[in-house]
Amino acid sequence: VRPLTYSRAAGIDHALVLVGTSPASAFLAGGTTEVDLIRAGVSQTEHLVDINDLPLAGVEDRDDGGVHIGALARMSDVARTPSVVQRYPAISQALLLSASEQLRNMASMAGNLLQRTRCPYLRDGVSPCNKRDPGSGCAALDGIRTLGPGGARSLRIDDFFLLPGGTPEVEHPLAHGELIVGIEVPGARSARRSVYLKVRDRQSYEFALVSVAAALAVDDGVVTDVRLALGGVGTKPWRARRAEAALLGGRADEASFRQAAAAELAGAVVRRHNAFKVELAQRAMVRALVHNQEGRQP
Amino acid sequence: MTLVEPQRAVVGPASVPVPLEVNGRQHVVDLEPRVSLLDALREHLDLTGSKKGCDQGTCGSCTVWVDGRRVLACLTLAMAASGHEVVTIEGLADGDELHPMQKAFIEHDAFQCGYCTPGQIMSAVKLIEEGHAGTDDDIREFMSGNICRCAAYPNIRAAIRQVRDRAGGGA
Repeated sequence: VRPLTYSRAAGIDHALVLVGTSPASAFLAGGTTEVDLIRAGVSQTEHLVDINDLPLAGVEDRDDGGVHIGALARMSDVARTPSVVQRYPAISQALLLSASEQLRNMASMAGNLLQRTRCPYLRDGVSPCNKRDPGSGCAALDGIRTLGPGGARSLRIDDFFLLPGGTPEVEHPLAHGELIVGIEVPGARSARRSVYLKVRDRQSYEFALVSVAAALAVDDGVVTDVRLALGGVGTKPWRARRAEAALLGGRADEASFRQAAAAELAGAVVRRHNAFKVELAQRAMVRALVHNQEGRQP
Repeated sequence: MTLVEPQRAVVGPASVPVPLEVNGRQHVVDLEPRVSLLDALREHLDLTGSKKGCDQGTCGSCTVWVDGRRVLACLTLAMAASGHEVVTIEGLADGDELHPMQKAFIEHDAFQCGYCTPGQIMSAVKLIEEGHAGTDDDIREFMSGNICRCAAYPNIRAAIRQVRDRAGGGA
């Protein structure tokens, strides 16, 4: 492990000053990725600013039916917060099906948003990887999960995760020393019976092959509000806007769900080892939507 | 209880004295900031019960409690644990009287090589406190962060069920 310096921030301003002093400084929250990547020699961090004393761990109800999640709230605590369970069951489920209880007890919500790709070529520190060294030309096909950021600068979740483009090593638009202080999850009528489905090689403690979060509001058999997102199918969490457009205003039945899923995946570009995900993602979307209609988690 | 004034100043990369509370005892250990809680326990405090399996947060053999929550000592920096209450497998027994979970692991032969066992036990005690031991499915799911290379899982579940049922007022 490379040598490190360490300090504990007494407040948010103090934390920003400490990290701002050097490009090799980084915030330390749960440490589940940061410490791991430092040990692996992947992270170039030389100074850690421990922000765990900052008062950013709360989860509060919003008047609009949503929730405000503090940056330092731990995944296990958020998953069991009654208002999250009631208002956003899909978020609670997504958190409970992540990692292990020990890691969920440690990992902060903001750190979760910033988790780096789990690709072996990033993590081994040896293989060429354009997520670590720009321009070396590997294809990173894995993705990270999302809930929704906010803060002093307010960033939309759609703008928070960047496509690789010409700068694959840049995964989010935060400037060095910019700190996530909270995550705003606005109220949504469809969210109270939202569901989350995670398909994986191993039943627990495993990343998704494909995951689906689905929220649907139906009046008289017609879809009046819908939010659909996929994980594990792109380099960022994938909002299924084509499927949403196909569903909105239509019947909430399985035939419609199939058509919408097909519309979303029609433009998918596959490679040799992930072609199976096109069919898998469609089946997962349909299953999540059917379960949503039946009012139970998949 | 806050034990020390946190390290507001920048320290390291050389060693500095770090106060650590482990199993109810106060220690001051000379540590570099890069030292993990696991290495501090094993290499500096001679508490070798917590095991180093993967050292990357995957296997669970280093599971300890910090402020009453089960966490991974390999991904926790020792310095970050300063001022918090750490409990390891060595802190579980009451003198020579084993903790009920330790007894249950012996009675149910819930290990073969035993390397993962301290982590399994530290996780299992919390599992019951958290209320996640209601069904075998729950036990499987919420113990999934503790890998057993010998696959003693059925016996581990049996040990957990025994402690759960006795703690619940039975026997």
